[in-house]
Order: sequence, then structure tokens, then C-alpha cells
Amino acid sequence: MENEKIKAEADDIRTPFKEFIRKFKKQKTALVAFAFIILLVVIAFISYSVVPYGINEYDYNAIMQGPSAQHWFGTDEFGRDLFSRILCGTRISLSVGLLSVTIGAVLGTILGLLGGYYGGILDSIIMRICDVLFAFPGIILAIAIVAILGSGLYNVVIAVAVFSTPTFARLVRSTTLSYKNSVFVQAAQNLGASDARILFQHILPAAIPNIIVQYTMSIGNSILTASSLSFLGLGAKPPTPEWGLLLSNGRNYMMSSWHITLFPGIAIFLTVLAFNLLGDGLRDALDPKLSD
Amino acid sequence: MSEPILKVEDFQVYYKVHNGLLGKPGYVKAVDGVSFEIQKGEVFGIVGESGCGKSTLGKAICKLIEPTGGKVFFKGEEIEGYNSKQMRPVRKGIQMVFQDPYASLNPRMSVRDIIAEPLIIHGLASGKKEIDEKVIDLVRKVGLDVYHVNRYPHEFSGGQRQRIGIARALAVQPELIIADEPVSALDVSIQSQVLNLMNNLKKELNLTYIFIAHDLSVVEHISDRVGVMYLGNFVEIGDKRKLYDNPCHPYTQALLSAVPIPDPKAKKERIILEGSIPSALNPPSGCKFHTRCPKCMEICKQKVPEKTVLEEGHEVYCHLYK
Repeated sequence: MENEKIKAEADDIRTPFKEFIRKFKKQKTALVAFAFIILLVVIAFISYSVVPYGINEYDYNAIMQGPSAQHWFGTDEFGRDLFSRILCGTRISLSVGLLSVTIGAVLGTILGLLGGYYGGILDSIIMRICDVLFAFPGIILAIAIVAILGSGLYNVVIAVAVFSTPTFARLVRSTTLSYKNSVFVQAAQNLGASDARILFQHILPAAIPNIIVQYTMSIGNSILTASSLSFLGLGAKPPTPEWGLLLSNGRNYMMSSWHITLFPGIAIFLTVLAFNLLGDGLRDALDPKLSD
Repeated sequence: MSEPILKVEDFQVYYKVHNGLLGKPGYVKAVDGVSFEIQKGEVFGIVGESGCGKSTLGKAICKLIEPTGGKVFFKGEEIEGYNSKQMRPVRKGIQMVFQDPYASLNPRMSVRDIIAEPLIIHGLASGKKEIDEKVIDLVRKVGLDVYHVNRYPHEFSGGQRQRIGIARALAVQPELIIADEPVSALDVSIQSQVLNLMNNLKKELNLTYIFIAHDLSVVEHISDRVGVMYLGNFVEIGDKRKLYDNPCHPYTQALLSAVPIPDPKAKKERIILEGSIPSALNPPSGCKFHTRCPKCMEICKQKVPEKTVLEEGHEVYCHLYK
């Protein structure tokens, strides 16, 4: 009987997660952006099996055609269908964005937690390295890293991960600093909790909202950087249907065939915009100071 | 007398402060050579004005603040210099209840998780079922309802939160609880509820309390023995009745004269201290209270007063009683 009472109670308890859902539902723009991102993820998974043309299907009878019923986004200089190529490029852009930011977020979070919690020399070393990385403009740093490692998509992922790490490190460090002397952390210490337990059970959950927002925002940014690197010829190699590469490819024909640059550009633009809008909405929904 | 459950000898907690870039580092002597003993089953009240070091003393005994010097014996075992691993079994014996019930509970954890944490850390229960049983048992013990366990701290009032804090402390079945102003953040009617709860738990579970407070009547209500602190030292320690009925140190006299009497016609002489508490960074020489003491003598400015035993269970640190 008692357990039933507890269960019945559980339904109308305002857990932090339920609060977040309730607030997030009010963010209409962010919901649209979220829906768009879901769509992108679905496309990324199924694109290869649903696109009307193969990504490397050459058709010399249909070179550089404008948008039409057969080729919605037109064709490129080899007669490849742009619509199919852009759809298939979703997988590359999304995975590069997600992978690199995930690596950066995990690394940055761990560094920030350690630096903030233990302080001292460790903190100084971590933060000075971050300062050095911050001193470079992101894209220059990425170019430098790709120049060292060599071009290619994997190295782009590493480059973008490296330059998104310090942001996360600083963010998590500041949260760690503000919570490490809080009373509930002292209470946990008093219970005999290990450092790992305090860091991951008490401090990290407090930092999670900030991390999520920064994570979402960074994905847009890193997709842009990855595309820029491909555009500069440092990332994906032809004939990969990477958006930045498509854009750079179309640049040569911009005067005669505008669609080759326009559609990849729109794809990048919408994706980055969606991630940034989602990030904005998440920030509003996760910020306890903004009630309703 | 049997072995005291807690014995503190010449305990010091200094905070290092830097005076600007080139200034010499100084020390805030928050707790400066404190000694006392507590017997099992006793409630030892510590009173003093803000900034006298009473909270620091409590936290440093639990090693939440690293003490600078002195010795602490818990059940005869010296715990100074213990690292966090060695401290763990000791922490099972000494628990703390914190002042601010709003800050001491992690807002992202449900009551169940909060109370289960000590059980998990010390391996006192394993498996969801056993943990749930113990949590429910504890929740009942502190007078909360069973269905509260799934809720989050923000859904509770201050008094309820403090009960959660007490339940968390009780989870490890401690012998000594250091309560750092457990009721000062609560309003008066709730204060008495929490105090009564603590009193009942003490009898039921045979607990020992160190009860830190600035409210003299609260301390009078709950304590067996009381220590009065001023600027990092005890000035007077005594059994409750002896100290309240016959305060000897001028500071204790001043403190007690400030307690209002619930009778509008009652006239009493208030001893009003002049000035404010001196800086602990640069405390006065000799007896630290001499700058404000109405009975200050020449010797007070030069010599630190030593412990004088007035009678069994009543000690004072004052030159007046030499």
C-alpha cells in the first residue's frame, strides 16, 4: 500500500527534468529548430537509400542544369544530381560536427572539473593552455592543426575538437569553482564521499545545463568550421559530397550556374541556424533564473 | 569519568590572508587554541557572536576545514593528520547538520538520493530494496511522510529540509552530531519543532551533540553544558545551570544580560559592551576581551588568562578569578 502511495506521488512531482520539458515546450522557435535537426538526423541515416540518384552518378547529358523536376537542385559540372549529393552530405557534416564537439566537450569537461576542483599548479597549466588556444581565431587554429596533421576529414574532426575544448574547460571550471565550496558539497565531503563522487554526482550535474547549451551552440560553429576547411581544400577530398566542398566546387561556376553554390550554402546556413536557435531555446529553458 | 567521546586539545584554525601584492601574509585566527571534552550522551552548546569562530571550530573538527594545529581525539583515537581515506570510518561516527537547510541539500537530487548517499558511500545498504527500506525508515524517524521521498528539496519548507538534513546525518548511525546553527535559519515555531525532534532522537538513539548557536535561549533549552566563545577562544565553559545562573566572565555576563525577559515590566540591568568585536587578523594582546571589558585590569592587557576552575564543571578564562 505504501509503495502505491509513493508511486502515485511520483507522477505529480516536479522533477528538474519535467520542469525543463515544460519550459522548453514554450520555446516555439527552438521547437522548430529541434524538429529540423531531427529531420536532418533522419536524413543522415536514410539518405543513401532514398536519394533519387547516386552521389557519384555521372550524367554527361545533364551538365550544370538548373533546378528542374528531375533534378530539384540542378546538377553540377559532371551532371551529378545536387539534391542527392546535399542530402548525402548531411551525414558527413552532422557526424563531423557531433563527433568533434563531443570530443571537445568530454575533454573540456574533464579538464575543467579537475582544474577547478584541485586548483593549484594543475589548474594553472590547464588554464594557460586554454589561454593559448583562445588566442588563436578558431579557423586559423584549425588550419594550423590540419597543416600539422595533414588534410582529411579525420584531421578536421581533431582540429575542431581541439579548438572547442578550451571553451568547455573554462565553462565547467567556472561552475566547479562556484560549487566546490557550496554547502551541499561540504555536506557530501562530510559524509565521506570520494572526490570522484563529488565531482560526478554533485558538481557535474550542476554544470550539465551550461554544457548542453554550449554543446548545441558549438555544433553549429564546428559544422561551419569543418565546411570552411573543406572549402579551403583542407578537409574532405572530392568526390565526397561534403557541403563545404560542394560550395568550393561551385565557386568556379558562380556566374553561370548559381545553384551549385546556393543550395549547399543554404544547407549549411539552415543547419547552423537550427543548432544556434536550439541552443538559445535550451539556454532559456535551462536557466533557473528565467522563470517561465 | 569515562573516556570522553570527543577530546579537543589546543585546537587552532588559521586562515591565511594576503595583504595586497607585496604585503606580508597575515593569519586570521578563527580558532586559537581551544580545548574541551565531551562525554557520551552529552549536549555541548557553543555560543558566541558572529565571527567568533564557532562554526569554523565545528567544521574543522569534521575536517571540512583543514585545522592549523592541535589534537582531536574521537573515542580516544587521534584523528589529526588523517587523510580522507582514513577519515572515512571516523565520519561514520561524527556527522554534521548544517546551518542553511536551503544550501545544504543538492537541488538536483531527490530526497531518496540525498538520504541514500551516505548509505551507499559507507556500504550500509545494497540493492534498491534495502536502500529504499532504510531511507523510508529514516524519513519516518525525523517525522516526514513516506511519500516525500521522491520529491526534490525545493518543494519543502525550511523546517522539513532541516529534517532531511538530520535524516542524512542519521543514516550512518553516528554517535556524535555536530549541529552548526541548525535552527537559526528557521522561524521560531519551526525552531522548537526541530529542537524537540533533536532532543527525542538523542534519547532514542543515544546521541551526543555539539550544538553551535548564537541564540542563548535555544542553547539553554537543549544543552547540558555550554561553552562561550569570544574571538576564537572559550571564555567560559560550564554546566548549563551553573553558567546561566552564575555567569562569571564579564563577556558571559554581558551576553546573558542581553537576553530579553518575557515580562514587559521586568527591569534588569543590561551590560552594554562598547565597540565591536576586534579583527581576528590582529587580535588584542593579553585577554582578547580587554578592549571591551568593563572590568579590565592592567594584567589583562599583557597576559593571556589561563583556565581557572571555579568549581567542578565550571571553568573560566579570566584574571578576575585568580
